[in-house]
Amino acid sequence: MTALVSARALQVHFDLGGGSLWSRMTGGERKRRVVRSVDGVSLDIQRGETLGLVGESGCGKTTLGRALLRLVEPTAGRVTFRDVDVTALAPEPLRLQRRHMQMIFQDPYASLDPRMTVAQIVAEPLHTFGLAYGRDRHDRVRELMAVVGLSERFINRYPHEFSGGQQQRIGIARALASAPDFIVADEPISALDVSIQAQIINLIERLQAERGLTYLFISHDLRAIRHTSNRVAVMYLGRVVEIGPARDVCDTPLMPYTRALVSAVPVPDPAVEARRTRIVLQGNVPSPIDPPAGCRFHTRCPYVVAACREVEPALQEIRPGHFAACIRISPEQPDIEAAGW
Amino acid sequence: MTPLLSVRDLRTWFDEEGRTVKAVDGVGFDVQRGETLGIVGESGSGKSVTSLSIMRLVPSPPGRIVSGQILFDGQELLGLDDESMRRIRGHRVAMIFQDPMTSLNPFMRISAQIEEVTRLHLRHSKAEARAHAIAMLERVGIPDAHRRADDYPHQFSGGMRQRVMIAIALACGPDLVIADEPTTALDVTIQAQILELIRASRAATGSAVVLITHDLGIVAGMTDRVVVMYAGKVFETAATPELFARPGNPYTHGLLRSVPNPAAERGVPLYQIPGSPPDVAHLPPGCSFAPRCSRATSLCREQFPPFVELAPGHHSLCHFAHDVYAGGDA
Repeated sequence: MTALVSARALQVHFDLGGGSLWSRMTGGERKRRVVRSVDGVSLDIQRGETLGLVGESGCGKTTLGRALLRLVEPTAGRVTFRDVDVTALAPEPLRLQRRHMQMIFQDPYASLDPRMTVAQIVAEPLHTFGLAYGRDRHDRVRELMAVVGLSERFINRYPHEFSGGQQQRIGIARALASAPDFIVADEPISALDVSIQAQIINLIERLQAERGLTYLFISHDLRAIRHTSNRVAVMYLGRVVEIGPARDVCDTPLMPYTRALVSAVPVPDPAVEARRTRIVLQGNVPSPIDPPAGCRFHTRCPYVVAACREVEPALQEIRPGHFAACIRISPEQPDIEAAGW
Repeated sequence: MTPLLSVRDLRTWFDEEGRTVKAVDGVGFDVQRGETLGIVGESGSGKSVTSLSIMRLVPSPPGRIVSGQILFDGQELLGLDDESMRRIRGHRVAMIFQDPMTSLNPFMRISAQIEEVTRLHLRHSKAEARAHAIAMLERVGIPDAHRRADDYPHQFSGGMRQRVMIAIALACGPDLVIADEPTTALDVTIQAQILELIRASRAATGSAVVLITHDLGIVAGMTDRVVVMYAGKVFETAATPELFARPGNPYTHGLLRSVPNPAAERGVPLYQIPGSPPDVAHLPPGCSFAPRCSRATSLCREQFPPFVELAPGHHSLCHFAHDVYAGGDA
């Protein structure tokens, strides 16, 4: 089976400048500064699956999601979508391709034009891609509103007249309008109230079941990721450090960073909280401008050994379908605890 | 034993555009010495306004504390003149805010912001204050505190800034620390560091903590008792284990069930509370939660519910509190 979306050695670097003769002469940065947001990521997303993408701020998860849609230009590597090399497409074919790949954003209000009505917002993709006209377009908008649970009465209202949860529903309706195969949902619930999060998760899952959608679900919320995803990828400083079936990654994580991440998530059960052991990492995530050599996690890893500072670990299959990037574990020795300090 | 803090029938209203927003409307709870009380609620529930009222930091106008009692260590805070209140605030009751960037002064060196507090409240000399500031920074885990003390807030990461906030809050050894969403702006692994720091400081100093959060996981791991707020009112209060095991209010029950948990199967929808948190300026008559409650009857829509005692220390604002408590599913 070929994947719906594939990334190969994908790289997105942002050049902050510096290091030129001019900047050295004028007291600017002496060295060229490059943010390595996404730094060599390869992954496949199968048709109909949800791949969860988790990581802390600055790890590159949003940039990766945008690079898959070519909303940011990759500096190296390749993205294929339905066997088409998206990274090589000319502007017009790329525009047409976007019909099949859409995005749901974190901040629902910021992602909606405040001067457009719901009808105009949801109809825009139909117009852009020439999918429906006149009466038909109007009917499609009403149908899309019904699908995401918005009353038809609101069709001529403006975004500010809605609550956060309803605004997110508008964003979802817009993403669905062009009948895409693939949707990147970038932190779709993190700006919402707790009681609204479940509504949006359920809506996203129901749409997948009804329409066979494929998702990249980006979130820092491991509880939501675990619930929504078939597989989970964990990012740290521009790299995927662990990827595998959602239950395996969230319940029996392999890589020390994932283990710390999982242990840091508060569990809404006082009995569990009282007896669990927490791995509290020291220090902060280093800057992606000058990521550490070797394993990028070595500066915070409790299990670090000398070799970790030199060897950049590759993803290896530790358990069936479950890959991790750590030189201290292997299929024969999957448990970092047993590997010792 | 008399509680350290006792809030009774607190009403904090805001006058906005000719209408009255009853942000906090009849809130009451106690905080015992050394105890950690969690206040949970969604946006607009009044949890932050409650804490600002205790600190007497509600911006006025448009806000005003209409009625109520806030007894701190036997002393009524609401009647205090500004000077007496200043002696308590930052000294015996301290606060940690959600966003350390906006609550630290960007133009002041870190140590100066700690020294300011102890010179005022503890009458420290310049040298004492300086030494104490560095000791506090070390205590909250700022590496190389001697050197970092002279840095400005923007030179610190988000997690480190929150540590500085905690150092300021703990500088005078307060009896009560109010932490309003102290980790919401932080990443998960940094959140774990800060929660661990709050746990450790609490154990070391024995101070009581009021922890305001929307995260039920944090409530479960950090608190002894919980107050659940909705639309400016206390909907339920109980000891933390009891609240999670046997909620007595349909709102609490729904919230607990809507969080993804390890037992939930993928593909099986999460429990969801319909609708959105209400606009407190336009509350329905009767129970504010009735429009979203699956068990609401005409009684709920017409009559304001009673605050029912279900067990010692366990209260719920609901006409059907006993049924919910007995496990009658919502």
